Amino acid sequence: MECGSPALAFRNLRHTRMTFATANPLALIAELTHRCPLHCVYCSNPLELQTRATELSTEDWSRVFQEAAALGVLQADFTGGEPLTRPDILELIRAARAAGLYVNLITSGLPLDESRLEALVHAGLDHFQLSFQGAREEIAQEISGTKAHAQKLRVLEWLKRYRVAVTLNFVIHRRNIDQLPEMLALAESSSASRVEFANVQYYGWAFANRDALLPTREQLTQSIDFLKKTQERLSGKIKVEYVVPDYYAKYPKPCMGGWGRKLMLITPNGDALPCHAARVIPGLSFENVKNRALREIWEVSGAFQEFRGEAWMQEPCKSCDRRTLDFGGCRCQAFLIAADATATDPICSLSPQRPKVDAILNAINSVGAGLAPPSPAPPAVASPAADSLTKPAWLYRPNPA
Amino acid sequence: MSIDLESRPRLAPGCRMNEKTQQPRTLLMPERALRLNGPSLEIVERCDSKHTVQQIITELQQLYSKAEPAKVEQDILGYLALLQKERALDFEP
Repeated sequence: MECGSPALAFRNLRHTRMTFATANPLALIAELTHRCPLHCVYCSNPLELQTRATELSTEDWSRVFQEAAALGVLQADFTGGEPLTRPDILELIRAARAAGLYVNLITSGLPLDESRLEALVHAGLDHFQLSFQGAREEIAQEISGTKAHAQKLRVLEWLKRYRVAVTLNFVIHRRNIDQLPEMLALAESSSASRVEFANVQYYGWAFANRDALLPTREQLTQSIDFLKKTQERLSGKIKVEYVVPDYYAKYPKPCMGGWGRKLMLITPNGDALPCHAARVIPGLSFENVKNRALREIWEVSGAFQEFRGEAWMQEPCKSCDRRTLDFGGCRCQAFLIAADATATDPICSLSPQRPKVDAILNAINSVGAGLAPPSPAPPAVASPAADSLTKPAWLYRPNPA
Repeated sequence: MSIDLESRPRLAPGCRMNEKTQQPRTLLMPERALRLNGPSLEIVERCDSKHTVQQIITELQQLYSKAEPAKVEQDILGYLALLQKERALDFEP
């Protein structure tokens, strides 16, 4: 078959989507701020939040976008905190687009009215990702510590009038996993072309609140079953993505597509991290974009080099065939559960540390553990034990100054 | 999910090509990027709400005249279905 034939080219093309083979980062996660009107109990921000006074300026970010595009980055994910708390958000979108990047906005939709939404789209926003804490106000308010659900429903209506990609991001855990059909109905009545049901993963604030968030095995099995059928039913209409909690997986995920392989995260003050949680690993120091070029940070800085390649690996990863698929899993999870950032990700069924994860799951799955009633109105006279299950002692994320 | 030969595909909201000055030419979409070259680029450039699917097929059969026409048609329909599954295309009547 000759080279110009469509058949051959198509076959090759199906394997070129966001491959791991590239030496360049493909996406830049821009944590524009840690300020946020929500206080979600599973926030992926670190426990130590950065303040407004330390945030990068418009000019700093604009330079970072230029450097990122020159390095081969294709997409910028504007996140936070709540990125809309930045008064210069329109300038930042324009700067990223001018650099040649595709711009995703990951937002609670809270500091927004319709005219500001219109301005975001006109500035060049490509993709609007609206986060949801549940399908109903009560659970959303309990999880986020804020009354925000009704505003999100308003934003969904406004979005129908603008030409922008829309994804709904539902963050899933034990207290809302039984609401999937309602969440889906919300997505189907919107202009969304994608909907993500992403189970909470256990880092940062979520790690602190883990025992109240982990779903039971039965809940998880039901949800997988439901969403598989949904994916088939909505194929070609809405793309449905489902992410299960690592703790229930047999093998680890290729975290961030491998350490320092695909993604670069810039914190509000300009520190460059290989992932959201990397600060938990002791001994890593992070370069700042104010002091060093992005390309240098990516190519030679210690934090990005630390877990590249395979030299750092222990057994069973070192001799495992899966090491080229999952790169040993998540370094931060290895540290959080096994107290060793070079260990095999303890969620791996081949890890000698897996019994630690099983013990956590066993506690969750033992009789009656934490299955809160699906609707409000706990009994007027509740026993203290039952009360702690229906009303967990949440550790809420504060809003930094 | 069958594709109507008389419909006119166009890129869905939030799906666009990178700039002409950027190499390689890439289709950018939510959480995905697809590098395009040769026939895939020829197809996506014609997803402009003006060409019908049939017109895209005819033009590519001429462009790749050494390839079996039936195979070209089959490949194009397969590729459009793939993009539809990715929610990268809308089909206008």
